[in-house]
Amino acid sequence: MKKNRLHILLFTLLLSFSGLLQAESIKIRMGTEGAYPPFNLIDKEGKLGGFDVEIGKALCEAMQADCEWVTSGWDGIIPALLAKKFDTIIASMSITEERKKQVAFTDKYYTTPVRFARPKGMPIEITDEGLKDKIVGVQSSTVAENFLRGRFGEIVEVKAYGTQDEANLDMLSGRVDLLLADSFVLGEFLNSKDGQSIEFVGPAFTDKKYLGDGIGIAVRKEDSALLEKLNAAIKQIREDGTYARINAKYFDFDVFGE
Amino acid sequence: MFDLKGYGGLLLDGLWMTLAVGLSSMLLALLLGLLGSWAKLSRNPIAVWFADLYTTVVRGIPELILLLLVYFGIPTLIQDIAARFGHDITINLNPFMAGTLAIGFIYGAFSTEVFRGAFMSIAPGQLEAAKAMGMGRSLSFRRILLPQAMRFALPGLGNVWMVLIKATALVSIIQLDELMRKTKIAANATHEPFTFYFLASLLYLGLTIISMLVQSRAECWANRGVAER
Amino acid sequence: MEFSVVWDNLPKLLQGAQLTLEITLLSLMIGLVIAVPVALMRRSKNPLLWMPAYGYILYFRGTPLLIQLFLIYYGSGQFRPELSDLGLWGLFREAYFCGVLALTLNTGAYTAEIFRGAIQAVPAGDVEAAKACGMGRILIFRRIILPKAIRLAWPMYGNEVVFLMQATSLVSVITLLDLTGIAGRIISKTFAVYEIYIMTALLYLAITYAIVFLFKRIEKRLNRHLA
Repeated sequence: MKKNRLHILLFTLLLSFSGLLQAESIKIRMGTEGAYPPFNLIDKEGKLGGFDVEIGKALCEAMQADCEWVTSGWDGIIPALLAKKFDTIIASMSITEERKKQVAFTDKYYTTPVRFARPKGMPIEITDEGLKDKIVGVQSSTVAENFLRGRFGEIVEVKAYGTQDEANLDMLSGRVDLLLADSFVLGEFLNSKDGQSIEFVGPAFTDKKYLGDGIGIAVRKEDSALLEKLNAAIKQIREDGTYARINAKYFDFDVFGE
Repeated sequence: MFDLKGYGGLLLDGLWMTLAVGLSSMLLALLLGLLGSWAKLSRNPIAVWFADLYTTVVRGIPELILLLLVYFGIPTLIQDIAARFGHDITINLNPFMAGTLAIGFIYGAFSTEVFRGAFMSIAPGQLEAAKAMGMGRSLSFRRILLPQAMRFALPGLGNVWMVLIKATALVSIIQLDELMRKTKIAANATHEPFTFYFLASLLYLGLTIISMLVQSRAECWANRGVAER
Repeated sequence: MEFSVVWDNLPKLLQGAQLTLEITLLSLMIGLVIAVPVALMRRSKNPLLWMPAYGYILYFRGTPLLIQLFLIYYGSGQFRPELSDLGLWGLFREAYFCGVLALTLNTGAYTAEIFRGAIQAVPAGDVEAAKACGMGRILIFRRIILPKAIRLAWPMYGNEVVFLMQATSLVSVITLLDLTGIAGRIISKTFAVYEIYIMTALLYLAITYAIVFLFKRIEKRLNRHLA
């Protein structure tokens, strides 16, 4: 009996101690991928940058939080969030029903359709007949992969890569006939020196069933306080012009969508 | 010979990180190896059982799977179990720690076998002689057993190190910024995979060759005082 | 823990294990074909023979397999026009081919070194005795050196087979869906991280000890006259 009481005492002590620590300042570990230009990338000096990262930093400033950045492979980014390697995922993640079973999302901070790209002059049409038996490269565990498998899965051969960069490399080497990805990310690749031989083909797909409701920041479901803070911060940077400033640095149109 | 497009410094940073994670894993592997071989040679059946389980399991599972288990699996498992009992805990293993733990844990099993063989190759008469001269257990371990075992263990441990340093490339998969990952970043950004992967392979080869040279010097040193046969 | 996830996905995992075994066997067989001549070249006194063999063994044993895989898979893409001219691009285009090629070259180097060591360990007296009996060089190699060397190399070769089987888990990084690749895909859908990884680990464990058991049985047969 006595021993039990001691346990309770110790436990409350520990709890109050950890409560004290939390009260000092909010510390948030921001998780991103770092291989998805122009949204998140690692430059020659080994530094993180890109639209997601700059938005993330602006949000931290708005929340007056002390932020630390952590990178993770895309395949393992949700498991890593759940394993508490970091507290948020700000890595161009689409808000989908499937992911909502595992994590909670903030309001969207931008919107993006997916598009196909092909080698210039290659006569591939984006129709069920035109795509028959073509090899399409996508990044695995993305909405592009879900959409491709869901909409054209029976027709094409899907080749899934760990990063978008690797899928791009295999487009250049000709291992895949087409790429399907976020249109901004593909656009960045097409504008690069090596991407000159590649072109967009077909419409921009916005199918909500697979592509979800825009891009949001993911947090663990139990962290509802953090979620609210992030939502408030997104609103704040939209209103005070910070968002527009970052937007203008990367795109010549409003990436937020309506 | 190579146009590095400004990514040379990044690769060098990676090389240092590879060495750091390699050395810290090797240290852990040596500690686990001494502990494991002691357990295997002890007369305590529970210690023997644990040591056998350790080497059997590690030998049977690919490094990549063990690494992913240590980095993702185990923390989630412990947190889930804690949550079931109403506790909210965070096990924050950063990639360096997870990599060191996983690689050290794996190669600890291999060094266990190396140390076990080395201790067994010392003639039991030597310990008996030490006892007869009145040496205590710890003194005879330090003066008689360890110096000789190190000599027998050196070639094996050298091999463990050389396999281990190559295995650190796997840690790139959990995003530790070591040589392999930096190389991947450079290869993907420049769209010149061959240039960068080949260069990185030469850097690893350099590490192997230096290790081979150091090992042969170390063996000479450990064998001093032993007549050439 | 949710065991139903493991149970539901077991057929998929087994399918992945099948590819793992297939790649292992294929690489082992071709690797062995490479290893024997390389080991003999390595033993030659002619520098035109031993130097390339030495370089090959040093490179493939001295660098990580992960780099070798990326070098062959993504690296070959950089030479697509040249490879197309040679008519080889059709092969290099396939991740399966690149994976098997990297594993084959890797195991070829290790096996050559094992085999070289075993030939060296054949007692000189055996060879001299055979010479004294009037056997020719080829006959000595076939009747005396080879059988003895195989017996000496067998346990080490068994280890190499286990290492190679486990090393095939790396082909998952070049888009192949082997046991590890499938496990990753299941996890990205179900998020059952440790359940799936533990099951995958158990499957590898089972394959490993099946190989170990097989090699021990054959070793007994090889050495039955020594009992």
